[in-house]
Amino acid sequence: MIDKKLLKDYFWVFLFAIFIIGSLSLGFKPGLKVYANFSQFFLEMITFLPLMFLLIGIFDVWVPRERIEIHIGHGSGLIGMFWVILLATVQPGPLYGAFPVAYVLFKKGASIRNIFIYLGAFSCMGIPMYTFEIGFLGLKFWFLRFIFSLLVFVLIGVIMEKYVGKDFKVMEVK
Amino acid sequence: MIILIFAATVSIIISFIADKRKTSEGLKRGLKMFLNLLPTLLTVLFLVSVFLYLIPEKAIMEYLGTGSGFLGVMTAALVGSISLIPGFVAFPMAGILVSRGVSYTVVAVFITSLMMVGIITLPLEIKYFGKRAAIMRNALSFFGAIIVGLMIGLFL
Repeated sequence: MIDKKLLKDYFWVFLFAIFIIGSLSLGFKPGLKVYANFSQFFLEMITFLPLMFLLIGIFDVWVPRERIEIHIGHGSGLIGMFWVILLATVQPGPLYGAFPVAYVLFKKGASIRNIFIYLGAFSCMGIPMYTFEIGFLGLKFWFLRFIFSLLVFVLIGVIMEKYVGKDFKVMEVK
Repeated sequence: MIILIFAATVSIIISFIADKRKTSEGLKRGLKMFLNLLPTLLTVLFLVSVFLYLIPEKAIMEYLGTGSGFLGVMTAALVGSISLIPGFVAFPMAGILVSRGVSYTVVAVFITSLMMVGIITLPLEIKYFGKRAAIMRNALSFFGAIIVGLMIGLFL
């Protein structure tokens, strides 16, 4: 029996493959051009992407996440901010992955400002992501985006703290 | 890119010398992540291939290139806010777009809004933070992403 999840994940890829094979055998021009684009991009990616993911896996096992989490909530000022950004940077992932952690931060007594700074840092920063950003867009692009996004999400944290007021709560969602 | 490949290889070797078991665990995790993302990556690469075929280079330059101005930036911000593409797929895609004439500003706005703004995940965000805070955070992040892109445009 074929794995259902695999079938679902590769559904579109499967359709594209049929389209490409069809175009190749019928000599369908637009299909051939799309295929030329695709194969160029694919070859570029496949030569080093696996290696980068292996690097990320290695990074994952060596970073002591628990040791950073201990410091969260201690001090709501600049030191607290430093720790939430550091925590966010070693946990790559999509924004919605940060919501449950934001709840934990709230429970542990992190300031409202730092909770929103954490959300910004979690979504924008991430050491594993940096390898991709530098690799595909260059060191200068990475550096500029790092600096400006840092300024922007710290500012957002400050504004949010003023805007939501003191009775702000992060709810637990199950 | 060559430096990265070199750095990755060296790190893996050092890690292996330091701790064999940890390293094989890490390699397994990395491989699993790659395999999990592979279908998404292939799908996005295909869609980009179709997009680049359908839209001639001239039009890309005009609407998303350096001179595209307000329209290009707004398009990038809107598309970035709505899409849910993992960064590991978005960066390769951004690299392709830059090589085909899309400006760094547009790409930076797209990537930053992709990461910070989540229209699709907004209902979930509201459950955690309440309507007021969630909408405000997304609105601020939307404009924040545009500012980040414009600032990068000043230097690149």
